[in-house]
Amino acid sequence: MLKTSIHSSLNCYHCGEVCTNETIVFDKKQFCCEGCKTVYEILNQNNLCNYYNLEQTPGITPPKNLSKKFEYLESEPLIDKLLDFRDENTSVVTFYLPQIHCSSCIWLLENLYKLNADVNSSRVNFLKKEVKIVFSHQNLSLRQLVELLASIGYEPTINLNDLNNTKKKPIDRSLIFKLGIAGFCFGNIMLISLPEYFGLDGIKESHFAKFFGYINILLSLPVLLYSASGYIQSAFQAIKHKTINIDIPIALGIFALFFRSVFEIITHTGSGYLDSLAALIFFMLIGRIFQQKTYDILSFERDYKSYFPIATTIISEDNIEKNIAVAELNVGDTILIRNNELIPVDAVLVKGPANIDNSFVTGESNPIRKEVDDKIYAGGKQIGQAIQLKVIKKLSHSYLTQLWNDEAFTKADEDKFEGIMTKMSKYFTIIILFIAFGSMAYWWNIDIKTAFNSFTAVLIIACPCALALSAPFTFGNVLRILGRNKFYLKNASVIEKISKATTIVFDKTGTITQSSKSNITYHGTALTKEQKNQIASVLRQSSHPLSKMVFNSIPTVEIIEVEEYQELIGKGLMGKINQFSIQLGSEKFVKNVAESSSKATRVHVKINDDYLGYFQLENSYRNGLRSIIVKLSPFFKLNLISGDNDSELDNLKSFFGNTSEFLFNKNPEEKLEYIKSLQQKGEATLMIGDGLNDAGALKQSDVGISISEDVNTFSPACDAILDAKVFEKLPNFIGYCKSSITIIITSFTISFAYNIVGLLFAVSGMLSPVFAAILMPISSITVVVFVTLATNIVAKKYQL
Amino acid sequence: MSVLFILIIVSLVVAAGFLVAFIWSVKNGQYEDGYTPSVRMLFDDELAAKNKEDI
Repeated sequence: MLKTSIHSSLNCYHCGEVCTNETIVFDKKQFCCEGCKTVYEILNQNNLCNYYNLEQTPGITPPKNLSKKFEYLESEPLIDKLLDFRDENTSVVTFYLPQIHCSSCIWLLENLYKLNADVNSSRVNFLKKEVKIVFSHQNLSLRQLVELLASIGYEPTINLNDLNNTKKKPIDRSLIFKLGIAGFCFGNIMLISLPEYFGLDGIKESHFAKFFGYINILLSLPVLLYSASGYIQSAFQAIKHKTINIDIPIALGIFALFFRSVFEIITHTGSGYLDSLAALIFFMLIGRIFQQKTYDILSFERDYKSYFPIATTIISEDNIEKNIAVAELNVGDTILIRNNELIPVDAVLVKGPANIDNSFVTGESNPIRKEVDDKIYAGGKQIGQAIQLKVIKKLSHSYLTQLWNDEAFTKADEDKFEGIMTKMSKYFTIIILFIAFGSMAYWWNIDIKTAFNSFTAVLIIACPCALALSAPFTFGNVLRILGRNKFYLKNASVIEKISKATTIVFDKTGTITQSSKSNITYHGTALTKEQKNQIASVLRQSSHPLSKMVFNSIPTVEIIEVEEYQELIGKGLMGKINQFSIQLGSEKFVKNVAESSSKATRVHVKINDDYLGYFQLENSYRNGLRSIIVKLSPFFKLNLISGDNDSELDNLKSFFGNTSEFLFNKNPEEKLEYIKSLQQKGEATLMIGDGLNDAGALKQSDVGISISEDVNTFSPACDAILDAKVFEKLPNFIGYCKSSITIIITSFTISFAYNIVGLLFAVSGMLSPVFAAILMPISSITVVVFVTLATNIVAKKYQL
Repeated sequence: MSVLFILIIVSLVVAAGFLVAFIWSVKNGQYEDGYTPSVRMLFDDELAAKNKEDI
């Protein structure tokens, strides 16, 4: 308890932030802002303070000014699209709440009914950061519900994407059902076949043998018709398209097993191989499930719709502000964009000036100043005061939206990629069919019965169960190990694609540099401690991102009162402290010159009339960039493409050397085109990027890896998501993917060795059910054990 | 020994019952979220303790 009181004496009781500006004391507790206090009040009134007992300072500061933000949620068609379900009294809605981060969040959100009696129930899915709320809409509108959530700090993220897939895709569980049924039948067939295994002759003679045989047929029917349906369908598809895949020999084996067994049981010539059939399908389905590792929580298919808001404020002719869905905006409408809001469509600035942060679109990290009548493209974010814009293009025709009409995005998701399995199975199938017919032809003139026996025996024994298992288990394991190391792949074929890459293209801003951190260095006359304090005091007045960064770079300061403070947007800051007048800002503003002398981002300093120097922002490169390049450069061509200017070229050359290509000032389309041109030269490209501006290039690239500080929230469409914290391990990940292909080839060799032994028995017509029932599982188990051990050992080697 | 006929059928029916139960539980979404219930369970305990205090 003592610990708590010490803790809360420094930090906000609600959100845990250090109370800097103003400290509000309420109910003997300290709060950093009015918002946090309000949340506490709400919770306190409703006896929900258990929220603070479960975790230390769990709270989230609620957003300010909610009054009109959610007005659009009154519109009926929109409500219909957002709700999961609705009847006369109750509605069900699922919200994505990125703020969910601890058990206190779960507790509070599931106790929502205590805050408002019209909430019937709420259920949190912590991993997906979702809450499903059932409420009676007659007393509580969707808007009120969202405002209730926002008022306690959990503002739902509602974006354009939510409107499009109205009905959420049902989760495909058929593979689990297939496995369950196959397992059930496999177990029971084994049990009933036990007398057969022990060779109890007495039973064989009796009517039990018949009974057991028929029960086995009955139990194997669901396996053949349901559990194995995927393999059989895929084999038929392949024959239809005149191609050969691994499922053809599997389907042949399945049919040979089933019909030969049924024939033997009905004619009382044997007990059949139904146990092998069920085991085979059971094992193969386990392999499939193993490979189907998906990261439900991560989204690999995001496009611009996930970033854009659904509504914006429109100003009508008689100056009334109204919220309207972005999709309904028309050319000529005037829209209002407030601080930190995204501009949803291409527009012309009517009332400004604007300060646009385009990091979303171009990767350029510093805000750009725009004057009235300038054209502003969709995707930029306004920083500073509210601006008014006139819409010049509808949402669907906007610059950023156009990018998504590129063929890279319209091409079917169907993978044309030919994996190692497909290639192997072609040869395999042809060889097996050749052997099967060959042995039948050999025996045909000697003994027709043996001819059929050996024909089916070849198909049974050659059924590439072990072969079909090795790739799923290897890839499944690799996916799991990489996922554990925070490198998430979309699916197994990405592993093969990574192993084939020849060129790696890096994006600059946010990818090899850290977007949140910049190195700030001071150049010029050395500053005294007093001067530092003065500069910091002026900077502190400004909310401009540059001011904040420079402020944070000045260590331990004493804040002095500033008089006559002025912020000239796009130029700089002015202020008076005692007898000193301080000017901070761009070169043009501070030095009164026409042109800047450098492309680098600098904040110049002038105190009274003495020009002192400037603070320079240098990109801070991610840790380990140098070692990554050293490790990768012998194996890959490394290129760099950036939306930024070339001010860092010299610095980059020291990292990449002179053989790499450097491209600057590229817009999203040019990035995409660049990847295309590399591919036309026959390069297999691997692109690493971060923002929406790289989305086209990531999609076009053979492998698109998106790097992200927080894997749950922010990533464009891609094949893989790399957590920024493990950027250093990139060469290890790529090396591991390459090794996994070697593992698969080795396991294929093992499985072929088993097949050859089995085939020797099969062609000579000596295959017995027990032999088949032993050999097939043993070969499968050997392969599975081998790949599991190998993937883990190799992972250790790569320090994963 | 003829009782085996009945016993095997009975055992299959029992096993099939478990199969149905498994499919039902999967369909019901019991394996969807493996984390939240583990936290939720602890809340109930805490609430109960609190209620006792109130009494």
